[in-house]
Amino acid sequence: MSQTTSTAPSPTISTVELTRIASQIRRDIVRQVHGVQSGHPGGSLGCADFFTALYFKILKHSPQPWDMDGKDQDLFFLSNGHVSPVFYGALARSGYFPVKELATFRRINSRLQGHPTTHEGLPGVRMASGSLGQGLSVAIGAALAKKMNGDDRLVYTLHGDGELQEGQIWEAAMFAAGKKVDNLISTVDYNGRQIDGDVDDVLPLGDLKAKWVAFGWDVLETNGNNMEALLKTMADAKDRTGKGKPVMVLMRTEMGQGVDFMMNSHAWHGIAPNDEQLKSALAQLEETLGDY
Amino acid sequence: MSHYPILDQKDTRSGFGAGLHELGKTNPKVVALCADLTGSLKMEAFQKDFPERFIQVGIAEANMMGIAAGLTIGGKIPFTGTFANFSTGRVYDQIRQSIAYSGKNVKICASHAGLTLGEDGATHQILEDIGLMRMLPGMTVVVPCDHNQTKQATLAIAAHEGPVYLRFGRPKWPVFIPTDMPFEIGKAQVLIEGSDVSIIACGHLVWRALEAAEELGKQGIQAEVINMHTIKPLDTKAVLSSVAKTKCVVTCEEHNRFGGLGDAIAQVLTSHAPAPQEYVAVNDSFGESGTPDQLLTKYGLDTPHIVAAAQKVIERK
Repeated sequence: MSQTTSTAPSPTISTVELTRIASQIRRDIVRQVHGVQSGHPGGSLGCADFFTALYFKILKHSPQPWDMDGKDQDLFFLSNGHVSPVFYGALARSGYFPVKELATFRRINSRLQGHPTTHEGLPGVRMASGSLGQGLSVAIGAALAKKMNGDDRLVYTLHGDGELQEGQIWEAAMFAAGKKVDNLISTVDYNGRQIDGDVDDVLPLGDLKAKWVAFGWDVLETNGNNMEALLKTMADAKDRTGKGKPVMVLMRTEMGQGVDFMMNSHAWHGIAPNDEQLKSALAQLEETLGDY
Repeated sequence: MSHYPILDQKDTRSGFGAGLHELGKTNPKVVALCADLTGSLKMEAFQKDFPERFIQVGIAEANMMGIAAGLTIGGKIPFTGTFANFSTGRVYDQIRQSIAYSGKNVKICASHAGLTLGEDGATHQILEDIGLMRMLPGMTVVVPCDHNQTKQATLAIAAHEGPVYLRFGRPKWPVFIPTDMPFEIGKAQVLIEGSDVSIIACGHLVWRALEAAEELGKQGIQAEVINMHTIKPLDTKAVLSSVAKTKCVVTCEEHNRFGGLGDAIAQVLTSHAPAPQEYVAVNDSFGESGTPDQLLTKYGLDTPHIVAAAQKVIERK
């Protein structure tokens, strides 16, 4: 086993290195969920490439010292809080808190609550999320505050595709476009699955791109599990900010990405692997930064 | 009224509007948000003079609460404005997660609370909001009694760190609090001292309590009237010190008898100094259309009801 490490964010980091970090974060995800036999591995694995790209390359951010206001820094808001294992993995590996604290995930007296919260003072978390549909509104508020403060950094969000069934998302979508909140890049984990099954079976989203376009957003699509494509699209998204429209990136992902038996199904949305399944999962994911 | 002459007749929401406008001049961090009720909330002066700090969100209260929470992350002090019903019940989960649990410094300013909203009827007359808000950990709940005090409270909550629910109303109502009377969040005001019964009231019913005390005085009953403008944190000391003298309590509120001021006081009494208590509150029902005075009479919140409750509770001592 190599030594447990975190890695400083860098705008010049290579795609190969990012892919290696993503592999470690995937190990962190399955180990967190297995350790406490609780949590949401499926969506977390699907978003691991996005979180890695965001926290190790895209964001201009300062893990330490960390403060709530994040003046002159890019801010990220996780709206679908149940993918906390990947959020915590990315935060720990990019230096917000000790990597070994991942072992406390969902346990009593931990800062790593089941769903992310500011309540226990975990660095890197700026709002509680878990009850779905609220993060876009909060991000808009933070983006407006940046504009009022003359702070030209950006605000990013992530949403689940199932989460888009919540009405508040569309209130916020209407506002962001109507009020030209153009320092905002939102992303959707478009994996087509939710707890009860395929999104198309539970409640179809219809033509999702057309919906966001109709609401007045600048909409991009990408493969959220292809690091090259993802980085290219996110750079494009950044170029489109400041032009009068909020930017939406619809990321096609695979729930459970990286662990063969968790893919192609909604089954692993919110259940934990047993000892044997953990072994099988870890055998598929290279340990690159040292397990905690 | 011998103790407190009526200085004017004004709506409490105008006190909020005046306070907000003053904050616009004195505190650059203050930002106001409204969900298509700018006129009703008396936010027009702020909107006109500080347009860069006014956010019209449209009829989308959930989004408004979230945006307010996000604005605090850049150091702003957001004041949201809409009717009490749409400020609480409609957006309870947004307040719970994005504001209260997230510890955001948002001021939720709620007009048209209670029955005195009047003719719009029960859909708009929320009688459960004090209970909803005081159940949230960390939420401060302030219910000022007249125009002057609502202005004072609006200024005070801007200086208070943490989420606040400020409740006020629609109708013109007697103004009787002198502008130089000190106002402090969490510190009750003994408006009239007495030894026979403690009448503890909030909001519009403080004036009714003063009227009741005068009526009781004519019957030789010395009522103590306490303006409990802060429901949470409750001024426990003021309650206990009054009840130590009077040995009985009447609570008065424009709210359901469940979950509001009366229950907050009852909790203090049962824990520290058990004493008979009568509730002047809505008896677990919705309201209906009517004038404010008609509604207060029909639902048992007018001056004669307070007098009767005082007589009854004194009998129970």
